[in-house]
Amino acid sequence: MIIGQIENGIVLDHITAGHGMEIYEVLGLGRLDCMVALIKNAESVKMGKKDIIKIDEVLDLDLDVLGYMDPGITVNIIQNGQRVKRMKLELPGEVRGVIRCKNPRCITSVEQEIEHVFRLTNRADRVYRCIYCDTKAGKK
Amino acid sequence: MRHLIDILDLSVPEIDDILALAENIIASPDDFADVCRRKKLATLFFEPSTRTRLSFEAAMYELGGNVLGFSEAQSSSASKGESVSDTIRIVSCYADIIAMRHPKEGAPMVASMKSGVPIINAGDGGHNHPTQTLTDLLTIRRELGDFSGLTVGLCGDLKFGRTVHSLIGAMSRYAGVKFVLISPDELRLPEYNRKEVLDAGNIAYAETASLEEAMPELDVLYMTRVQKERFFNEADYLRLRDSYILTPDKMALAKKDMRVLHPLPRVNEITVAVDEDPRAAYFRQALNGKYVRMALIMTLLGLTGKEN
Repeated sequence: MIIGQIENGIVLDHITAGHGMEIYEVLGLGRLDCMVALIKNAESVKMGKKDIIKIDEVLDLDLDVLGYMDPGITVNIIQNGQRVKRMKLELPGEVRGVIRCKNPRCITSVEQEIEHVFRLTNRADRVYRCIYCDTKAGKK
Repeated sequence: MRHLIDILDLSVPEIDDILALAENIIASPDDFADVCRRKKLATLFFEPSTRTRLSFEAAMYELGGNVLGFSEAQSSSASKGESVSDTIRIVSCYADIIAMRHPKEGAPMVASMKSGVPIINAGDGGHNHPTQTLTDLLTIRRELGDFSGLTVGLCGDLKFGRTVHSLIGAMSRYAGVKFVLISPDELRLPEYNRKEVLDAGNIAYAETASLEEAMPELDVLYMTRVQKERFFNEADYLRLRDSYILTPDKMALAKKDMRVLHPLPRVNEITVAVDEDPRAAYFRQALNGKYVRMALIMTLLGLTGKEN
């Protein structure tokens, strides 16, 4: 399978195999007019299998969201067909508006306009907790 | 501007200062009788809690201040669907400090994000109740002098008991404190408290189902009520309700200077016969609640004493 190079855009590499579609949806890539390629189960020396997303446009990506979803992702910025920047992600200290608190006793369950915010409380175990009620974020 | 939403919002030196101020107030109440003159405390109780509300109101009156507010959501604009944020924006126009109780967890934190005046969390569902923890700490300090090296037994509902979780969090920061967790298996301290607070902080603790076995080594016994509202299944509640009942017989196993605390109200987990034992500190604890709230109100308002 051959997917062409992009001239100006972003390549999200080293996505954990199977997570590509979820990231595609969370980033709202389906709404873009430009070319977007999602490659599943590509061969990887380091990971065995990986997913890759290529976006033929330079966007403002929310790196915190990406870091929360899959901190192993590498973000490559492409200009004139060349990689000009390579960023490794890390777990963000705080994630806003991505995870919803599922605790029915949390104030966010009754006041819809409150932004759902989760804070990293345990880096080793990747535990995020709701800043309002301390409930642990559920499975992404 | 400072708020008190979670007991861990306060550093150890800040807690020590509040407790020291409370002791000064107890020693010389007249020196503090006017420090909040022309200040107003709003008590916003979106769910009823007579004891906590009266304690806050008594605290403000004893500082020479005034009190306004409501004691249940039905008497507030919340019954018309107003958000917490909007209520707080309005009330902070009229009051200098707000004590707020709400059935939803995190509501006081939302309030603190919108308020122009300090917010005190007076209880948010089963989540936090930091002024109860300050009350507990003041009581232990007044009864036993110091926290370091104490063995603290926590007995009853350690799973849902917010006062237990907060007290462990607060006391874990003092050197040499050891916890004995006494509960039936179904009401054990949640794993995240054990892992993220006790294990992470390398705090000594032991778990047991036997109050009798634990008694001889305790310096403090913190009793809790098994709360019916936390159970979905009434049969489970009835089975666990009477797991631990403190009686004079059990008190006989304890050290001579051990102290019994309870956040109150009690149901039947401490028999009335224990009340006369000088080691029963729970009614003195309720009185301490007023003094520590006086100290907290002064601290959050930036007032220090007579000169104000």
